[in-house]
Amino acid sequence: MKLEDFQIELKPLPGAMPVWHGRVDARQWRTACQQVRDKGGRLVALWGSDNSDRGGGFAVHAALTVQSGLLVIELPFSGGSFPDISDIFPAANRMQRAVRDLFGVGAENAADQRKWLRHTAWPADVFPLRKDASFEFPVSSSKLELNPEAQLATRNSRLETGQTDDYPFVRVEGEGVHEIPVGPVHAGTIEPGHFRFSIVGEGVLRLEERLGYKHKGIEKRFEQMTLAEGAKLAGRVSGDSTVAYAWAYAMAVESAAGMTPPPRALWLRALLLERERVANHLGDLGFLGNDAALGFGLAQFLRLKEDWLRMNAALFGHRYLMDTIAPGGVARDVTPEGMAIMRRDMGAMEGTVALLKGVYDEHAGLQDRFIGCGRIKPDHADRLGLTGLAGRASAVAWDLRAQFPPVPYGEFEVRMATHRNGDVAARVTVRFEEIFESLRLLRLILDRLPLGELASAVPTPPAGALGIGWVEGWRGEVLIALETGPNNGIRRLHPHDPSWQNWPLLERAVLGNIVPDFPLINKSFNLSYSGHDL
Amino acid sequence: MNIASGIVFQVLQSVLVVLIAPLMLGWVNQCRAWLQNKSGAGIWQPYKVLNKLFHKDAVLAHNASHLFRSTPYILFGCMWLAVGIVPVLATSLPFAPAADVIALVGLFALARVFVSLAAMDIGTSFGTLGARREMMIGFLAEPAMLMTLFTASLISHSTSLATIVETLGHRELVIYPSMAFAAVAFLMVLLAENARIPIDNPSTHLELTMIHEAMILEYSARHLALVEWASSLKLTAYITIGIAIFVPWGIAQAGDWTGMLIAIAVLVVKLTLAGAGLALLETVSAKMRIFRAPEFLGTAFMLATLGMLTHFLLER
Repeated sequence: MKLEDFQIELKPLPGAMPVWHGRVDARQWRTACQQVRDKGGRLVALWGSDNSDRGGGFAVHAALTVQSGLLVIELPFSGGSFPDISDIFPAANRMQRAVRDLFGVGAENAADQRKWLRHTAWPADVFPLRKDASFEFPVSSSKLELNPEAQLATRNSRLETGQTDDYPFVRVEGEGVHEIPVGPVHAGTIEPGHFRFSIVGEGVLRLEERLGYKHKGIEKRFEQMTLAEGAKLAGRVSGDSTVAYAWAYAMAVESAAGMTPPPRALWLRALLLERERVANHLGDLGFLGNDAALGFGLAQFLRLKEDWLRMNAALFGHRYLMDTIAPGGVARDVTPEGMAIMRRDMGAMEGTVALLKGVYDEHAGLQDRFIGCGRIKPDHADRLGLTGLAGRASAVAWDLRAQFPPVPYGEFEVRMATHRNGDVAARVTVRFEEIFESLRLLRLILDRLPLGELASAVPTPPAGALGIGWVEGWRGEVLIALETGPNNGIRRLHPHDPSWQNWPLLERAVLGNIVPDFPLINKSFNLSYSGHDL
Repeated sequence: MNIASGIVFQVLQSVLVVLIAPLMLGWVNQCRAWLQNKSGAGIWQPYKVLNKLFHKDAVLAHNASHLFRSTPYILFGCMWLAVGIVPVLATSLPFAPAADVIALVGLFALARVFVSLAAMDIGTSFGTLGARREMMIGFLAEPAMLMTLFTASLISHSTSLATIVETLGHRELVIYPSMAFAAVAFLMVLLAENARIPIDNPSTHLELTMIHEAMILEYSARHLALVEWASSLKLTAYITIGIAIFVPWGIAQAGDWTGMLIAIAVLVVKLTLAGAGLALLETVSAKMRIFRAPEFLGTAFMLATLGMLTHFLLER
């Protein structure tokens, strides 16, 4: 939709991506969301901020996709609540609940008023992201209590103070219906999350997720950092997407400061981002085979991934490419020899992946598990706001690299991998296609990498400057919303992972499937816990 | 036959099989690792695991009853008895008349019942989940298993395994088409009953997909050691039943010492090949969706039945 259609005063933000920002009132908040929704736009992120340093009250922000880019609207309010938009964008539900947990202000009359990120780590009347938030941890955090009696005592004292983690799951009633609670501690070494299945026999009637176990106060920590220090933390929001987050952070800072990094830095960032994408897709494809008990697939793909990561370590100093991107440019250069090695390595890898794709495609047992499993139909994906890789498997044709290509993607005509089936097989196919596309892009980048500086100095942005970073990570679009503070500080920073949008869809994908297929479906989404819980 | 030497043979076989059963599992795992381009943990790994588990303190659920505690011993006892009955090394063992193939299947069923009850005893959702899946697999696998064994017993006119082996192993080589059907059916049952791919995945960590592993999730230390050991015994028992029925050549008569030595050598070769074959089969297969298991075992049953029909049509 056109920007003129909004009855809001909008101002474009400088930077690599087309972003407009505007302040709205409570009525316009809902109208703008409804307008975006009517034209097929999506909610990218929703976050809150505390305005007590500006005379009180709070603000809630939403990032929405429109035809010409990203629309960021801000609703300052002084009461205890803001208008609910979860009826317009179902994905807003958990984001609004998170705002309530962190700020104590929630969506008015929202159907779902349960807590989301808060467990028992802090009391219900403490709101950590408020400027004046402070509280004592009930347990001494300096030393870990390993003594069972002490642990029991802590637990009992929490029970006495009413600090139990009572989360009202939706109960399914009926003959033969029962629940399986899974997690947060799992049998394998994976991140913590709780899954509550309501089942009859093996059939899943309902799945409800409970996340937030990895909440570690990243957003609060940012506020104590300078813009330069923040880059390191941004790269650690979600370890498997470190490049995407670091780039998004750098983009936000550069936008706030109104500067552009040198071309070579931008091209190298794209190189790093594609390398990250390939590494993650390789790992996922292996684990998808392994979850169907095809250990062969895991062994082969992990070998490829390991080679790839070692190459990262040799060329860029870190297996997962952490700290390679900093505001203003990149921290690592690549030599002509390094480029030659990369090129040679990619050629061999591409052949092996093509071979393995043949094995996967023609393995009847594997395809029987993949096809039709965990399906998200295109209309559901559209209505509920599925995004990223999983979205592209359900006909949500959205890839920032193709839609709003930042430098250097505009030169490559990125081919988006889209499928309509929305099942595990489709998500596998999208991964294969994106590997091949990434390899093509990597070759183009290596062929045409411009010479020049690696970084330029970032001028100190004025306090209160806004900056948005919006990057297509391997999982989907990563957004970082920044508002600077005085003295190169950070007033508010919200990193947003596409997992926020896709976790609720996972609940939907398992409906009508059987319990033992859940791990496969879950793996085909491979969503972030850490990036979501923050 | 000399009773004393019979007893010696019986003891020798029972002890030997109990001792080599973990090695069998280690061999299968090692072959799987090799087939996946991995170096593997080595064939002695299961012994190290058992050693580790026997040295740990057992953790029991507060509400675990005697059933939960005694099941590992019952399970291990059942499997040990089973390998005592199967003519692994020699026929005409003193234990052999104690049970025919039907009783043998019953023995496996007894173990299954106890494991399933123990899984439900502590009341975790995974135990119950595993128990009911195991029951689904079990009630489909048992008839197929029986039909396979009946096909063999139709040829030898006896349901005693020792007689079957003597009939099939100690006569001129005759090709029985019915046995080909039965062999395929038996292999399918073997995979299902021993929680192997494509029915179950013995090395998975995904608790929601488990069958056998889900039932024993709450066991630890010596209990778990016995359960694991019993699993390897069961696998060995099934493979040796398969060997006894389908490739019985080389199995000795009780009391024949030279024959015994040959029998041991032949057994080692057969088990090595069987283990490698099992590993190959597991490497190239993916796990089935659990509701494909009835089709899989239904096919096994049908093949076994076809074997019997073939016997009546062609071999009488």
